[in-house]
Amino acid sequence: MPGDFPSTDSERRTQRTMIVAKHPLAIRWFHWINFPVIMIMSWSGLLIYWANDVYKVNLGGRELFKFFPGWFYAPVFKGFSVHPAGEGENSLFTLDHRLSEGMAWHFLFFWIFVINGVAYVTYLWLSRQWKFLVPTRASFGEAFQVVLHDLRIRKKPLPKKKFNGAQQVAYTGVIVMGLLMVLTGLCMFKPVQFTFLTHLFGSYQNARLIHFVVTLLFVLFFIVHVAQVIRAGWNNFRGMITGKEVVVEEVALGQ
Amino acid sequence: MANRRDQAEQKVLFEGTPEEVRSAMRRYTRRSMVWGTGAVIGSWLGIRWLARAPLEDGIPRPMRAAIRTNESIFNRLFSSSSRTDEYPGRAGEDRTNGDVGLSQDVDLESWALSLMRTGEDPLQIGLDELKRLPRVDMVTELRCIEGWSLIVHWTGVRFADFVEHYAPSAKARKYVALETPDGEYYVGLDIASALHPQTLLCFAMNGEPLTPEHGAPLRLVIPVKYGVKNLKRIGTIAFSDERPKDYWAELGYDWYAGL
Repeated sequence: MPGDFPSTDSERRTQRTMIVAKHPLAIRWFHWINFPVIMIMSWSGLLIYWANDVYKVNLGGRELFKFFPGWFYAPVFKGFSVHPAGEGENSLFTLDHRLSEGMAWHFLFFWIFVINGVAYVTYLWLSRQWKFLVPTRASFGEAFQVVLHDLRIRKKPLPKKKFNGAQQVAYTGVIVMGLLMVLTGLCMFKPVQFTFLTHLFGSYQNARLIHFVVTLLFVLFFIVHVAQVIRAGWNNFRGMITGKEVVVEEVALGQ
Repeated sequence: MANRRDQAEQKVLFEGTPEEVRSAMRRYTRRSMVWGTGAVIGSWLGIRWLARAPLEDGIPRPMRAAIRTNESIFNRLFSSSSRTDEYPGRAGEDRTNGDVGLSQDVDLESWALSLMRTGEDPLQIGLDELKRLPRVDMVTELRCIEGWSLIVHWTGVRFADFVEHYAPSAKARKYVALETPDGEYYVGLDIASALHPQTLLCFAMNGEPLTPEHGAPLRLVIPVKYGVKNLKRIGTIAFSDERPKDYWAELGYDWYAGL
């Protein structure tokens, strides 16, 4: 590794090619179970939100964007509806007039989301994998360097390690987001039972707003995450499937 | 030095020439892909089975079962006597939603509540008579299943007082069924929620007598349930041990609808 070993022209160097363990099996399962579950939770959440879609972005009294415009719920592409005539109500892409269906999916799959999330955090803790994940004070500065690097402002390569500062901040942040989703979700699901929690978030309607905003953050996380995975390439992506990564290392053979 | 520490944490599973490593990795990948493909197909089939299962009251049967399971889990965990917040001196703006069962005009003069009794004619109770029960004022949040909520000032009598006075033996029954006079809208309640101290038979809203669109002359207010259970313009009240039918539960919603 450059920097770690005294490097002189006379030194003999060689390469080691090896397969190293990257992500443990349990973490890969937790990760991939989350994928369809969060998709279903977001989709059924939209079916629910449609029934009272009140959130807007206003700037100086002017409405910039409404969540969501009409075309969003019943998309029609180039005059061609995505669902065949008569089957509109059952199409994946039709999001209107399906409140009861949305609630039914949401209140079934939230169990999987909660159980998977609790199992993930418990595993992180028991296996000491959290040490790779939880940011330290240095992570935030490093995260900034990573952003500069990804925006091609910083030219020097990043230090090689399992998770860089940006990843640590993002992956720990997404656990906190998951926790927020469950807690605000419980406030909406049983506000009379979780009175204390509902007060903690301000009110029933505040909990609802937080639940919605965190959903948007999840969507943002998803977009950036997928873009970064594509950028990082096949060897990295394969690591999340096989748990293994090919590493090529330059080694000094001594004097 | 950070690099050396990371290296120490790396568990080397295989080492060889680039060719050997490539073919070993291909083997590992193939094995994972078999598992991965199985998991994708399995979950796809599972989700499709869920989505296409025969309907029970408007939603696929497994999801209806899940709703019932949720109900029994949360009922075991929580107390049915938990109260919702009250906000003395506060009330939000007015909002009207839902007019099923209100399409005909109601004659407020001749209206009387029918309390169904087994083996007897229904007991007819007029509004003035009902108002002799202790009067209760309550400012609570009405939460609609659609997602909005409103703080409303309700005036009425406790459902528990009503039962105590007119049908004390009904407290031993399991359920209550309420219907509009035309039978178009109907809700079912578990007896514990019906006898909850914040469940009211209500005749005034935000200080004014109920208007027809808010359920004049008498409506149910039950803030520990979603708005859909807060039936407007009560015609009949009956007690039973069988779960009564419920307008929105037949259309895919949770029968219990407790908050």
